[in-house]
Amino acid sequence: MRSQIEGSIAVAKAVALCRPEVISAYPISPQTHIVEALSDLVRTGELAPCEYLMVESEFGAMSAAIGASATGARSYTATASQGLLYMAEALYNASGLGLPIVMTVANRAIGAPINIWNDHSDAMSQRDCGWIQLYAESNQEAVDLHIQAFRLAEELSLPVMVCMDGFVLTHAIEAVELPTQEQVDTFLPPFHPRQVLDPDDPVTIGAMVGPEAFAEVKYLMHAKQMQALDLLPEISGAFSQAFGRSSGGLVRAYRSADAETVVVALGSVLGTIEEVVDELRADGVRIGALGVRCFRPYPLEEIRAALQGAKRVVVLEKAFAVGLGGIVGQNVRLALSDLPIPVYDAVAGLGGRPITRRSLHTLVADVLEERLEPNRLAFLDLNWELVERELQRVSADRRSGPHAENMLRDIGTVAASAHGGPTR
Amino acid sequence: MFQVRIHGRGGQGVVTAAELLSVAAFLEDKHSQAFPIFGSERTGAPVVAFCRLSDQPIRLREPIVEPDALIVQDPTLLHQVDLFAGVGRESYVLINTSRSLEELAIGEFLDTIRPERVLAVPATELAREHVGRPLPNAALLGAFAALTGALSIDSVTAAIRDRFSGRIAEANAAAAEAAYELAAASADRVTVDA
Repeated sequence: MRSQIEGSIAVAKAVALCRPEVISAYPISPQTHIVEALSDLVRTGELAPCEYLMVESEFGAMSAAIGASATGARSYTATASQGLLYMAEALYNASGLGLPIVMTVANRAIGAPINIWNDHSDAMSQRDCGWIQLYAESNQEAVDLHIQAFRLAEELSLPVMVCMDGFVLTHAIEAVELPTQEQVDTFLPPFHPRQVLDPDDPVTIGAMVGPEAFAEVKYLMHAKQMQALDLLPEISGAFSQAFGRSSGGLVRAYRSADAETVVVALGSVLGTIEEVVDELRADGVRIGALGVRCFRPYPLEEIRAALQGAKRVVVLEKAFAVGLGGIVGQNVRLALSDLPIPVYDAVAGLGGRPITRRSLHTLVADVLEERLEPNRLAFLDLNWELVERELQRVSADRRSGPHAENMLRDIGTVAASAHGGPTR
Repeated sequence: MFQVRIHGRGGQGVVTAAELLSVAAFLEDKHSQAFPIFGSERTGAPVVAFCRLSDQPIRLREPIVEPDALIVQDPTLLHQVDLFAGVGRESYVLINTSRSLEELAIGEFLDTIRPERVLAVPATELAREHVGRPLPNAALLGAFAALTGALSIDSVTAAIRDRFSGRIAEANAAAAEAAYELAAASADRVTVDA
């Protein structure tokens, strides 16, 4: 049924249609509405049988999901930001043990300074923890990816993280088509686990492994995750056949076939990028976009194939590696190695800074008119004046105090602009 | 595409107003997208929410920088927040106040837009009368329908009944209809004067 609902509620309903048997959760913005809605569905009996565990922390949430999944229960949780970091140790256990848990990450910045708004620092910090990572472009896609995620996770016996932009998607109200229970039941068979903790047939899961086999177990983790590169397109194809719309897959190209410039990005910003692509195309600029839906495993060949005809690539990303530069950018360079295609990295949207069409036009113009250097990290809309003022303070006074508070004082605490954009 | 920006304070139903607008548009088979700026989630703090209405699917995710319509739920924000940022000559402006536009001391701004597209509505008073609480959002949406013609009043009241139920739904729908009548009458007057 098509309805006009909040992204979080749509995802909660989609998860419920997947019949999870255990949901363990700890609330954190901007993920809270999802697990609140699920707790309601369990309380009212709409989602049954399902055990809802309100745990004491995110570490507890993931630990409970690990235990539940190991007993053969379809298990789900959701988190964001510091919550994902607090789970970090357990994330590696879930993937190392090969437990097909599905988790929503409502992407949010990581402190300090504390910030509740959207960027990709949380998910990017855990990109190499062994979980499959999918990124949703819209709330419809978030719904569809969760349904595909359970099937993918259980076929491979690996955990899957479905990332959706916090607030931008979780709190956006737009039309979403929710499938029927029958459709989901047909698409997603009951969980048939590869390993089960069963008192009648006891096994050990999670024993210590020494140097004699540790590398081999880890190798299998990698080999298994790489299988998702073949399986995900199959599942996405089966999904379009069953549900009549295309969603998911590894990458999605937009007007990039003959493009000289291709903008690469993940998540909800792709919609705004596509608008800018259309505007620039109308002016005769040969530009396109490439959305990376699956970031782990990394679809290196698909990304290379999609970008190899371009003259230049611009990677727009909502996180960066401090002391190095772009994260997605480095991955894209790997896909393009030995091709003479310059890659420009732009960090944007940190801590909820809106990414506007106007800023994207400026970025593309800066690239085309060679005001930016490839391989050198650029920050979209950076308020240089604010940075310079703080740097002056730092050089003038050894005890200049904390950056964040100094800079907030500079811009004034009531300087919130009418639309949440940068104040200058 | 028709873009609406709503300003108010925490507790006044700003986010709900944007949601109701989007549901009303959905009921008219339009594409719509409502989203808030969160942050200071405290009663009384300035809050902004957005709604886009379109005949085409909406891909854009940026905040609404240049609104086609601005709804001001709380006139005490007029001189505190840069409410009119991006408001152009063709934009509609709807202000919740029981005072006249002249009394709001925004003459300099009013000179920059078309006079028949600005309207002051005593939405809080209408809400007190119909709902019994000073929640101006439903009344403002009724006035919005009359002022802009972007949505029908029937879709607005249907959205209210979709989101709420029982007495609360009926009281808010009545407030919306009363504001619609008031705004429609006022629009007639402006047209005649013009």
